[in-house]
Amino acid sequence: MPDQQPNKPNGVPDDANTELSSAFAQTPTLGAMEVEGMLEKEDLTHAPEVSTEAVGLADREVPRSLWQDAWRELRRNPIFIISGILIIFLIIVAIFPGLFDSTSPLQCDLSKSQQGPTSGHPFGFDTQGCDVYARTIYGARASITVGVFATLGTALLGTLLGGLAGFFGGWLDAVVSRIADIFFGIPILLGGLVFLSVIPSRSIWIVVAFIVVLGWPQLARIARGAVITARQQDYVTAARALGAGNARLMLRHILPNSLAPIIVVATIALGTYISLEATLSYLGVGLKPPTVSWGIDISAAADTFRNAPHMLLFPAGALCITILAFIMLGDAVRDALDPKLR
Amino acid sequence: MGIHATEVTAEAGRGRTADSEDAPLLQVKNLQVEFRTRDGVAKAVNGVNYSVRAGETLAILGESGSGKSVSSQAVMGILDSPPGFVTGGEIVFKGQDLLKLSNEKRRKIRGTQMAMIFQDALSSLNPVHTVGTQLGEMFRVHRGTSKSEAKKKAVELMERVGIPAAKERVNQYPHQFSGGMRQRIMIAMALALEPDLIIADEPTTALDVTVQAQVMELLADLQAEYNMGLILITHDLGVVADVADKIAVMYAGRIVETAPVHELYKRPAHPYTRGLLDSIPRLDQKGQELYAIKGLPPNLLRIPSGCAFNPRCPMAQEICRTEVPPLHAVTEADGAPLEGRGSACHFWKETIHG
Amino acid sequence: MGRYVIRRLLQMIPVFIGTTFIIFAMVHALGDPVAAFFGDKAPDPAAAAQIRQQLGLDNPLIVQYGNYMKGIFSGNLGTAFNGQPVTDLLKIAYPTTLKLALVAFTFEVIIGIGLGVLSGMRRGRLADTGVMMMTLIVISIPTFVIGYVLQYLFGVKWGLADATVPPGAPFQSLLLPGIVLASVSLAYVARLTRTTIAENSKADYVRTAVAKGLPRRRVVTHHLLRNSLIPVITFLGTDLGALMGGALVTERIFNIHGVGYYLYQGIVHQDTSTVVGFVTVLVIVFLLANLLVDLLYAVLDPRIRYA
Repeated sequence: MPDQQPNKPNGVPDDANTELSSAFAQTPTLGAMEVEGMLEKEDLTHAPEVSTEAVGLADREVPRSLWQDAWRELRRNPIFIISGILIIFLIIVAIFPGLFDSTSPLQCDLSKSQQGPTSGHPFGFDTQGCDVYARTIYGARASITVGVFATLGTALLGTLLGGLAGFFGGWLDAVVSRIADIFFGIPILLGGLVFLSVIPSRSIWIVVAFIVVLGWPQLARIARGAVITARQQDYVTAARALGAGNARLMLRHILPNSLAPIIVVATIALGTYISLEATLSYLGVGLKPPTVSWGIDISAAADTFRNAPHMLLFPAGALCITILAFIMLGDAVRDALDPKLR
Repeated sequence: MGIHATEVTAEAGRGRTADSEDAPLLQVKNLQVEFRTRDGVAKAVNGVNYSVRAGETLAILGESGSGKSVSSQAVMGILDSPPGFVTGGEIVFKGQDLLKLSNEKRRKIRGTQMAMIFQDALSSLNPVHTVGTQLGEMFRVHRGTSKSEAKKKAVELMERVGIPAAKERVNQYPHQFSGGMRQRIMIAMALALEPDLIIADEPTTALDVTVQAQVMELLADLQAEYNMGLILITHDLGVVADVADKIAVMYAGRIVETAPVHELYKRPAHPYTRGLLDSIPRLDQKGQELYAIKGLPPNLLRIPSGCAFNPRCPMAQEICRTEVPPLHAVTEADGAPLEGRGSACHFWKETIHG
Repeated sequence: MGRYVIRRLLQMIPVFIGTTFIIFAMVHALGDPVAAFFGDKAPDPAAAAQIRQQLGLDNPLIVQYGNYMKGIFSGNLGTAFNGQPVTDLLKIAYPTTLKLALVAFTFEVIIGIGLGVLSGMRRGRLADTGVMMMTLIVISIPTFVIGYVLQYLFGVKWGLADATVPPGAPFQSLLLPGIVLASVSLAYVARLTRTTIAENSKADYVRTAVAKGLPRRRVVTHHLLRNSLIPVITFLGTDLGALMGGALVTERIFNIHGVGYYLYQGIVHQDTSTVVGFVTVLVIVFLLANLLVDLLYAVLDPRIRYA
């Protein structure tokens, strides 16, 4: 038959999709909700004909993988370029703050308390008379460390547990899903207020651990859904029929094909974790001095906001730009990995 | 030797039925559609001509990407725009050029005078409304029927297309029906207001073979009963043989061959059509290797110069790479005209007679 | 449908027990509840032991948890640090927070869905780009920063709204805190609405609706929006619970004496009864909201209902 249509992905049984949708319906996060569509992209068998007829054919001569295609898409996306440059810059600031500032964030002069910006001190001074510019530069490390490691932790734990639950199903799935539900049932700020107030010395790693403990169910749900979708694909059945063991199936066939939605949600989550750290610090249960953190500085500045707005606006601005950069990156990655929205 | 394409189709439309003096129900003239994508302009339909009369069935045959669905979407006026644009030609339906009508006027024609049946009834029916609501919607919107009356009509329609226990099932949702039953509902929906023309886009592709035959039979019966024109879009030569009156074969956005259905099977006049026929497995050729057309369908962003089929054609010569073949009127070897036949091949004579 | 409801309810039981137990255990690690009775003075060991026994605090944690749960179902949540029953505090605090959450919820629904529909229907145009950029920025600013800036601008500089909420929390004074509380969720709702509209506008059944000759208005309202809003509505449902939690921050900025205020007081005073009581009720609200959403989902999407 002439009608081969090699670009058509395999259809997914309808009940699998509805199950996914209902799982995500309980996931009140930006990433998860927007990724819901991605997981269902396999259901796109009967897209408007233009996608297969016009665009699909264009790609037929040079077959590209999803990742190559996504990379090509990303390089053309100005949002990706801007956020990428910003993030590289922020990471350099976090690792080598000394490159950008010669003074110390802990060197303070009370006589300069709450003074506005002057030459040499473009961001002014805080209540303790510390240089706000120095504190803003040095504060990047705490925020980015929390964001990056909390994301790595939730992604690893979530993918592991969610992936295993999705792959094996049965009682393992039931147990993991219920445990995820339990942690999901605790609103994260509320959990922070209760859990973190118990711990007297809160280092960056305590905050990271807290976010991982309450944040993994979100990633686990995404991973579980993605693995269930991938498991039902024909090539997995084929590999199984050829005698591939569970480990090989998981690592070679299912994991690479479930990664896209996990990466997207994790990238967007990174931005929200940075925001969460600041909010926890504001509530008084996040990081503690002498750690230099934007969240601490913003909450300290909040009381005197009316008299000395510069104390709040500069660290808050830096915080917002950082979060924005990561969320924009996640957005760009999602657009690139989700052919449906193109 | 070559005559202009429109003349051939005009000729192709003549004959067969008694009312040959009447204008055809639908006449598509030199239709051109393109998709403006990020990778460039894809020319999906490049000057297509065909006509359909009341009671007649035209099958449009082609691979995916041949423009068969896009041309019919242009006729219905449901092209996704952007990226799709009709860039030229005429679509004359019951004497008026649809492309010159306002959007509102075209909308009022859709559903009432021409209707469409889609390939995948599950995704083409709205999952959150009952089939009764979706069928009744036709009467409610176009006829202003009351809710209860519309439901009664929906039940009648379902009975008409052979759905058992229609009274109870009218309140069910699409996913509660089997594939064949869902396609019957699609047909019922298209039939609701007794349109003059039905376009069926691969109506049986998603169905089991046994169900396919039932659905095609139903479609043919209803067409005869209401004397509708039917355009059957398909990639399956087997489906069309029993139902179609004439066939237009499309390749890379052009019609490459037109013929009355049985003529085409007996004596194809285009190498592409012959390739399609040769690639059907036949019982009498058991044990032999099955023929396949080599190569891939063309990239619509870069259609090959000359005849679009030339890179895959076993008969290709130099002229095929440089000159686009017009749709030649196909004749017998002695020059006697063959009613309704045309072939866009430089070597049609060699193909049909050689 | 009935089986679906029962399955959901049964699944909720272990989640409820697990969640409340974790909270209960963590709060008990918070500090010695008996010490709180003595204020700043060092407690007399004998008296402390007696109180402990009276309150059942010498039992294993799991027994204490069991007793507490029994108390919850009979409406007894213990006594707060200031001598009032916790239930009295709940009666003062919850209506205020609920009022705030409802104001925020209204903003979220009207503005969020409105912007999302506008953006989704005009994809790629100026309005879409504008909405997408605006929501991205809102999501990037932590709520408490938005809160302080808006409080300063509207409440102090321009005097358009109350900078702090007076006792009793009259409706009018909750408008500014409401929009602050709603801001991030509102941006999510707008983006989610846009995404689902963008996806569904390419769906086959929308094409069918157009081919049926339905007026554009009807295609959009009866087919496109009806289907696109299902995930949005379910998101809104879960968010109603999340808003109650998010109110902690907003209440602090605008000095609203709601759940957040009492909870915070409880933590400062190491008052386990108050903390456990407030948190447990919040978790119950959160879980109920989730359950409600599941049921709503089944009502809106027949494919789930009959699964």
